[in-house]
Amino acid sequence: MTGPALLSVEGVSVNLPTPRGNLRAVDRVDLSVGAGRTLGIVGESGCGKTMLSRAILQLLPKKAMLSGRVMFDGQDLVRLDRERLRKLRGRSLAVVFQDPMTSLNPVLTIGTQLIETLQEHLELDGQAAKLRSIELLTAVGIPAPEQRLMQYPHQLSGGMRQRVAIAIALSCEPKLLIADEPTTALDVTIQAQILDLLAREQRRRHMAMIIITHDLGVVAGRTDEVAVMYAGRVVERAPTHDLFKRMRMPYTEALLAAIPKIDAKPHTPLPAISGRPPDPTRPLKGCSFSPRCRYAWAQCQIEKPRLEDADSPGHQYACFRPLNTVAGVPA
Amino acid sequence: MMQPVSQPVSDDPLLRVENLVVEYPVGNKTVHAVSGVSLDIARGETLGLVGESGCGKSTLGRAVLQLRRPVSGKVLFDGQDLTEMQGDTLRRIRRRVQLIFQDPIASLNPRRRIGDIIAEPLVISGVRDAKKREQLVHDVLGAVGLDPQLVIGRLPHEFSGGQCQRICIARALVLNPEFIICDEPVSALDVSIRAQILNLLEEMKARYGLTLLFIAHDLAVVKAVSDRVAVMYLGRLCEVGPSEQLFAQPAHPYTALLIEAIPVPDPDVRPAESVAVGEPPSPIAPPSGCRFRTRCPRADQRCSDEVPELREVAPGQFVACHHPLIGAA
Ligand SMILES: Nc1ncnc2c1ncn2[C@@H]1O[C@H](COP(=O)(O)OP(=O)(O)OP(=O)(O)O)[C@@H](O)[C@H]1O
Ligand SMILES: Nc1ncnc2c1ncn2[C@@H]1O[C@H](COP(=O)(O)OP(=O)(O)OP(=O)(O)O)[C@@H](O)[C@H]1O
Ligand code: SF4
Ligand code: SF4
Ligand SMILES: [Mg+2]
Ligand SMILES: [Mg+2]
Repeated sequence: MTGPALLSVEGVSVNLPTPRGNLRAVDRVDLSVGAGRTLGIVGESGCGKTMLSRAILQLLPKKAMLSGRVMFDGQDLVRLDRERLRKLRGRSLAVVFQDPMTSLNPVLTIGTQLIETLQEHLELDGQAAKLRSIELLTAVGIPAPEQRLMQYPHQLSGGMRQRVAIAIALSCEPKLLIADEPTTALDVTIQAQILDLLAREQRRRHMAMIIITHDLGVVAGRTDEVAVMYAGRVVERAPTHDLFKRMRMPYTEALLAAIPKIDAKPHTPLPAISGRPPDPTRPLKGCSFSPRCRYAWAQCQIEKPRLEDADSPGHQYACFRPLNTVAGVPA
Repeated sequence: MMQPVSQPVSDDPLLRVENLVVEYPVGNKTVHAVSGVSLDIARGETLGLVGESGCGKSTLGRAVLQLRRPVSGKVLFDGQDLTEMQGDTLRRIRRRVQLIFQDPIASLNPRRRIGDIIAEPLVISGVRDAKKREQLVHDVLGAVGLDPQLVIGRLPHEFSGGQCQRICIARALVLNPEFIICDEPVSALDVSIRAQILNLLEEMKARYGLTLLFIAHDLAVVKAVSDRVAVMYLGRLCEVGPSEQLFAQPAHPYTALLIEAIPVPDPDVRPAESVAVGEPPSPIAPPSGCRFRTRCPRADQRCSDEVPELREVAPGQFVACHHPLIGAA
C-alpha cells in the first residue's frame, strides 16, 4: 500500500436487535483506502455492504450498535460529536446511493439543492454558487445545465438523476466518496457512463473512493483493491489484479463463475451457487459459506477460518482450503 | 414509416408480430412506445429481446397479450389474430400464454399464502377438483426447486427475491402454458441468484416444451438463454439474428455499443471509455429517420432523412441500418 491510509476501518462490527434476536450485520471488518485509490466491496444481497458504509459514515439506524474504530484523516469518526460529523459529511466525506432519489429532495429543484450545498459548505455567495453548479453539471455530462437547474428530480431520467446526485456529492471536493451500488438500477450503457464519470472525477481530484456492488464485473477494471464480503465478514481482500488472477476463496470463485459470460455459448448452464447465505441472526459455528461450498470438509463446519495473509502482498483470505495453493484445492 | 414483415424463421411460427404500433397519450402528446415492430418466434424457440430502459420492451410484451391494445398491427398466436379477439375468446387463448415480471416480490399478493397464489390460476380456469389442484401445485413447486411442504402455508414476505421468482415461475407454469413472456425476470436479483433462476428457466423450458420471449437489458444474460436475439431501440427493432452470430459480428452500431458496455470481470480488460455518448431521446418526439442517429458514430444525412428498413445482411441476421458494420451498405 502506498502512503498512509486516508480511511481505516478497524475491527468494525454492527449489531442490530431484531425480533428474531441479535443480527450481526457487520462482523469485525478491517479495511483501508488511501488518497487517490479505489476500493471495491463486493458481495451478495444482505452481506452487510450498506451497513458497513453506513458505519463508516456514522449513519446507522438508531438501534444499531457499532463497535471498532473508523479512522478518517486522523480522527475516529465513531467518537466525533454530531456537529463535527455533519460538517465532515458535507465536505470531506460524500456518498452516492443506489437510488438517487434517496439523496435528492423531490420537492426542490436541482439548482436549489446544488446551490444550497455549495453555499453551506463552501460559503460561496449566490452567484458564485450558481456558476459552480453549472460547471459541476457540465462535468458530470448533463446537457443544457442552465435549464436543468430549474428542473425537479422526477423530471429527469434515472441516469440523469444519478449524475445530479454525483454532482452534489462532488460539489464540495470530498476526500472520500462512497458509492453504494451507484449503477445497479441503471442500464448497461448508462452504467458504463456513470462508472467512467466516477473514475474520471476521482483521478482529477485525487479522491479516495469506495465502490460497493454485487457484480464482480463492475469492479474488475475500475478498482485498485477489492474486498469480498460474505455474511458480514470480509472473506478475501487483495489488489484487484491479484484477486482475479489468483483468487483463494471458493466464494470469490463461485461469485465470478456465476456471471453470464458474453463469450459463452448460448444455453450453457451457469455454475450457480446453490442455496443462499445463512440467516444473520443464526450465525454458523464454522465457515459461513460451508453449506454452499463445493470444497467444504469436516473442519469447515466446526471452526471459523480467520482472515490470513496469502503469500502475495496485500492479499488475505479466510479459508481452510484455499484455491491455487499447495495445501488447498488445485485450481 | 413501417418496417416490412421480415425474418420468417419458420412457416408456422407460434407467435408472429406484424407492424405493431403501440402508443400512450400523455396530456396532448403521444409516447411512441412501439413503432412498427415485426417479429416471429418459432415453436420451442427462445427469442431474447434487449434494449435500454424505456425502449418499449415491456410495452411490446404487454401488447402481445393485449394487456395494452395496439394502435395498429397484428399479433398472430398459433395463427389466430389476438388483436381482433375480445372477452372470452381472448381469455381462453391467454391461458396458453403467461407473463413473469421483473419484481417478483411485488407481483405476489402479500396477504395470500403461497399455495393459494399458485392455485389461483387453476381456480380461475375452472379446475374444480381441490385434490387435483393440490397435486398440480405440489408438482410445480417441486419442479421449480421448492419443497411444497415447507412453502405452501407461508406468505411472500417470508421468502427472498430469488425464492419469490421461483414462486412466480411456478405460478406461470401451473396452467401448462405453451408460451411465456419473461419480462426482466432476473434484473432485480443478485448475481448468485440470477444464475440459479436462468438455469431454472432453461430447465423448465425443456421439461414443459415452452416457447419463450425473454426480455432483459443485459446482453450477456440474454445470450445465456436465447436462440435468437432481437435488439430494440426507442420503439423500433435494430437487429435480429441468431445469438452467437449477433454477438460475434453485430451489424447494427447500437448492438455493438451494447456489447461494449458489458462489464467484463477481468482486470486486464480495460473498460471501454464512454462507449455510449448521451442518453436516448424522448419517445414523445423521436428523431426523424433512424432513431439512433443522435447517438450513432456513423450517422450521416441519409440517416436523418430515411427510416432504415430491416434487411438480411448475413444468413438469418437482419439489420435496420443504412451503414451496417457488416455487409455492404
Ligand atoms: N434497519 C435494519 N434493521 C434490521 N436489520 C437490517 C436493517 N437494514 C439491514 N438489515 C439487515 O442487515 C444485514 C445487512 O444488510 P445490508 O443492507 O448491509 O446488506 P447489503 O450487502 O447492502 O445488501 P444489498 O446488496 O441487498 O444492498 C441484512 O441481513 C439485512 O437484512
Ligand atoms: N402507461 C403508460 N403511460 C404513458 N407512457 C408509458 C406508459 N407505459 C410506458 N410508457 C412509456 O413508453 C415507453 C416504453 O416503455 P416500456 O415500459 O415499454 O419500456 P421498457 O423497454 O420495458 O423499459 P424498462 O427497461 O425500463 O422496463 C417509455 O417511454 C415509457 O415511459
Ligand atoms: S473454509 Fe471450507 S467451507 Fe469455507 S470457503 Fe473454505 S473450503 Fe469452503
Ligand atoms: S441508420 Fe445511420 S444513424 Fe442509424 S444506426 Fe445506421 S448508421 Fe447509425
Ligand atoms: Mg446495500
Ligand atoms: Mg420494462
